[in-house]
Amino acid sequence: MSNEPESGVGSLQRSGFVVRKERLYGRLIAACAVLTIVVTVGIILALSGRALSFWSEISPIMYFTGTSWSPVIAQDYGVLPLISGTLIVTVFSAVIALPIGLAAAIYLSEYASDKARSILKPSLEILAGVPTVIYGYMALVYVTPMIDRFLPFSAQIIPPGVPVLPEFTFVMPSLGTFNALSASVVVGIMIIPMVSSISEDALSAVPDSLRQGGYGLGSTKFDVSTRIVVPSATSGIVASYVLAISRAIGETMAVTMAMGMSPQMPYFPNVLRNLAESSQTITAAMVQIAGADSLGTGPTYEAMFALGMTLFAITLTMNVLAELVRRRFREEY
Amino acid sequence: MSESDTSPKIQTTIETGDEGRGEAPLNARDTVIEARNLDVYYGEEQAINDVSMEINEHDVTALIGPSGCGKSTFLRCINRMNDMIDVCRVEGDIEFDGKNVYDDDVDPVALRRKIGIVFQKPNPFPKSIRENVAYGLKIQGFDGDIDARVEESLKRAALWDEVKDQLGSSGLDLSGGQQQRLCIARAIAPDPEVILMDEPTSALDPVAASKIEDLIDDLAEEYTVIIVTHNMQQAARISDRTAVFLTGGELVEYDNTAKIFEDPEEQRVEDYITGKFG
Repeated sequence: MSNEPESGVGSLQRSGFVVRKERLYGRLIAACAVLTIVVTVGIILALSGRALSFWSEISPIMYFTGTSWSPVIAQDYGVLPLISGTLIVTVFSAVIALPIGLAAAIYLSEYASDKARSILKPSLEILAGVPTVIYGYMALVYVTPMIDRFLPFSAQIIPPGVPVLPEFTFVMPSLGTFNALSASVVVGIMIIPMVSSISEDALSAVPDSLRQGGYGLGSTKFDVSTRIVVPSATSGIVASYVLAISRAIGETMAVTMAMGMSPQMPYFPNVLRNLAESSQTITAAMVQIAGADSLGTGPTYEAMFALGMTLFAITLTMNVLAELVRRRFREEY
Repeated sequence: MSESDTSPKIQTTIETGDEGRGEAPLNARDTVIEARNLDVYYGEEQAINDVSMEINEHDVTALIGPSGCGKSTFLRCINRMNDMIDVCRVEGDIEFDGKNVYDDDVDPVALRRKIGIVFQKPNPFPKSIRENVAYGLKIQGFDGDIDARVEESLKRAALWDEVKDQLGSSGLDLSGGQQQRLCIARAIAPDPEVILMDEPTSALDPVAASKIEDLIDDLAEEYTVIIVTHNMQQAARISDRTAVFLTGGELVEYDNTAKIFEDPEEQRVEDYITGKFG
């Protein structure tokens, strides 16, 4: 047997076929990885091109400081009411989802029996799989009437004789058909599984030796969970929070349906009114433009890309923040 | 820890001396822990078989024996760390200060505040050195001067000089031996009566291990120390009494350390100690 290319099993000769096959596999999977980057870069380029052309017609100063958004009728392109609408939903859904999601994660990781966990975890995944349009529908049809019935924060609770000045009394008017509160509630419910699932992974990854150490010092289960396990899993919990908040910021369908399409600057000082009334998020405004007749050209159409860039900048900032926090708190055990 | 104890103990020691360890009569001191007919099972498997022994206050008691002989299980029964293992079942009594720790009205959380434990692998919390030592005090609602107690505990654990300038840095940044001394400081800060040690030096290099051994000798001034070890020289060096467990969870011999290592009653113990098996 000499230098024949078709070498047998026992030969040390490199097989040209195997080498070519390996090279092909390597290139195929590399192409898949590159594809994701190409798509991302493509989206950014497409967005920024149109957005820049929008900002060359409408001054960015006017865009970022304007307090009225009415692209179709009044040609007002002030983004602040939309940012405010997005922030209201994000903040209040976070108020609901972050504590509940973390508590659920603590229960799943520290308290639940194997059997309870085997039922609850898949249930949470199902909650995550419900199409968001159904959440929007739920908000409109069930959540709003229910909140209105059980939480009558109306002017009636003011003692008689006290003048009711809507802007200066901290009372919640009864809910409108479209309102930010029920939108926040359903978005909050929507992102609970994200918080609890990722946080639970982080909590479960905390080594058992730390729990043992805690119990050995006379900790209760609650002490161990809240003073040892949760702080040790900070990086993962923060990551889950940021991902959930990013999701809330980008959420579209449910908020469009539940909160309506009335861009609104925040009410001060009675912040509760913001929850009771309709508003519009950045995403809902984009849906509205995409559904309008002005497709293809003009600042109204291009405003959609400016909004997209704005949204993208916000979520990108969130993700970078998350990464920084994650690095800051990561512990090697 | 009373007020008079706040200075480091090392200088004021009334040393029993190395030659003194392990030679006093068995019942010279008060019994603090007493096991009676203790059986422990993991599911169907029996880990401890009818063990009865008395452990004296301020003694260093070593538990030795081959792997799987039940010595760690016995140790963890004393402060009910085995409660967290679902399949673990305990029969018989372990009395601590005259009270069976497995009685229904005993709160394991309160028990563990009196019987601390140090584990095989150093397990500092991912918190600062100060917070590690202060943890036990805080959960127990200690209302005294926490910083003073932290300093005192670190001094007692012979770690203070090495870490006094970096109390705010993470406990995880310390070396393995320092981490283990931090865990000892953490265990003694709430002032327990008994300290259990589960092979505390087996994950450490010889120099770090010998520091821990010196420390155990000092700790016995104030605490009752029960230590599980694989290292027979270590047991011989640091303990007053030695209990030899052999396979099947049986306590074969329990006596003064010197007696166990020089003239054991049981042939099986002699075989184990001289390395003929195990």
